[in-house]
Amino acid sequence: MSPRIISINFDKPDAHKLSVYEASGGYGSLQKLFTMPPDEVIEHVKNSGLRGRGGAGFSAGMKWSFVPKDTDKPKYLCVNADEGEPGTFKDRKILQLDPHMMIEGVIICCYAVGIHTAYVYVRGEYVKPARRLQAAIDEAYAKGYLGKNIQGTGFDLDVVIHMGAGAYICGEETGLIESLEGKKGQPRAKPPYPAVIGVFGCPTVVNNVETLSALPFIMNEGWQAYAKLGTEKSTGTMLFSISGSVERPGVYEGEFGVNLWDFIERSTGGVRGGRKLKAVIPGGSSSSILTADEARSTYLDYESIAAAGSMVGSGAIMVLSEEDCVVKALEVVARFYAHESCGQCPQCREGTYFISQIARRIENGEGSMEDIEKILDTCPLLMGVTVCVLADSIAMPAKSYIEKFREEFDQHVKEKHCPYRSAERKSAVL
Amino acid sequence: MKAAAQEKFAFNKENEEVFQETLKKYPTKMAVLLPALWLCQKQNGHLTDEILEYVAGRLDLSPVHVYSVVEFYTMYHRRPPGKYHLQLCRTLSCTLCGCEELREHLAKRLGIAPGEKTRDGLFSLEEVECLGSCGTAPVMRVNEVYCENLNLEKVDKIIEMCKADKPLEEEPMGAH
Repeated sequence: MSPRIISINFDKPDAHKLSVYEASGGYGSLQKLFTMPPDEVIEHVKNSGLRGRGGAGFSAGMKWSFVPKDTDKPKYLCVNADEGEPGTFKDRKILQLDPHMMIEGVIICCYAVGIHTAYVYVRGEYVKPARRLQAAIDEAYAKGYLGKNIQGTGFDLDVVIHMGAGAYICGEETGLIESLEGKKGQPRAKPPYPAVIGVFGCPTVVNNVETLSALPFIMNEGWQAYAKLGTEKSTGTMLFSISGSVERPGVYEGEFGVNLWDFIERSTGGVRGGRKLKAVIPGGSSSSILTADEARSTYLDYESIAAAGSMVGSGAIMVLSEEDCVVKALEVVARFYAHESCGQCPQCREGTYFISQIARRIENGEGSMEDIEKILDTCPLLMGVTVCVLADSIAMPAKSYIEKFREEFDQHVKEKHCPYRSAERKSAVL
Repeated sequence: MKAAAQEKFAFNKENEEVFQETLKKYPTKMAVLLPALWLCQKQNGHLTDEILEYVAGRLDLSPVHVYSVVEFYTMYHRRPPGKYHLQLCRTLSCTLCGCEELREHLAKRLGIAPGEKTRDGLFSLEEVECLGSCGTAPVMRVNEVYCENLNLEKVDKIIEMCKADKPLEEEPMGAH
């Protein structure tokens, strides 16, 4: 049984209420926090090995330490609650089931970095989670955990919810910043990084909801307790959103370093309907696909998944059974990125659309062998050449789908239809 | 003729208060653009040219900036949606769990394609990208309500509920 840190309150009734959160020790870390010098808090979090859970997996403490100390400008925290990577649904759980744990994490981060305003950028669709979060924020203000002179320490902090309006790219940290400023969410060229020039031209930390939610444990139990969990470089636990063709999809907290397929099977009861496993997409739709054999022999941590040619990303694991079509999966994923490209870089704007059109053609039985090669030829042209990684996010998976499941693509071309479509749906125009 | 018959758009009293409070939370007026647009959409249901010019004026922004921002995001309505705006997720987990069948069913049952609205104005159908509810796929948002773990029967029930003007409730969120 994996230890539970982030999801520990998920099954408690009314865990979103302050009284329930406090009864289980909630906001208890603040006493210790305010006795520590801010720099020491940063060191503490650095030592814990906590890495960003939004997708990039960068050291959280390190990110904080890049914020200049000698600035006259205000500093900001942007909480990234623009959960949008296909397959990811864990931040919605945190916001709705245990918002106070995140708020406590926000206080820890802001105290450490010297921030007095935090904006929580919540994706526009998450109306109910945002309401829950606002209610929790209101409770925290009323109890003196937020606002002026928190707990009599002289530390001030305001937390403001900012609703997005439907754009995947605003989950990219500089896209988020642009959007928060009231613009199109088009990512910025980096450097400068947000730590130096972020929102409103000021030093800014952008942290994912889950990253912040891990902080109360790290403060309470010490960085050693956190670093003891997981592997040397992938410390602690992570919320894995498991979906697709499994018996019991859901959010499961796992300790890093366990066998990937073992964890999926143990958590969800395995492939739906007793079918055979075909493939696993381990880290959101922008990650490369793993074959069944790879999923069975890979371990669930940043280094092992990277060694297997994919990534942990946002922890969104999607399972494909023997009855699921990889070409269809590519069509859907490519369509997603084509739809969500912000349009500022030509390679991304045209490339995502190009791949999605060809994938659609192949899936519909109208593709040629040459089309398969066209996708493979296009992928490298999209990698590492754009302002953000959205273009890479289709190039990497597209290449892996074709290379690992080439026979399925060939079969679509030769048989001129999708062999996975049921007979009555073969003629349907999709 | 239409313009002459309509009153000019302005925030109502309640929304004006919210707008004023929101301005205090940001160091720039421009940052209030998304919140202000949400407020207008709440008040009017969709965002007309007149509203965009109004927002530009209230925030000292060029109208073209406001237009370009509105077009960038998918959740602002430039035309009135149906009374029940059905947003069916079409991304990977929902596809693996059968959303295509639901789309065909909905389109047939309502007699509209995605992007269209029924003649009586009751329903509009939109295919959207990942709603962040992949563990309960397939999923559809009806206005602000998430309808999860869908199948054909559930979809039919939702349509009936809407037709009868009965409120939809979200299922309680499980621990996983």
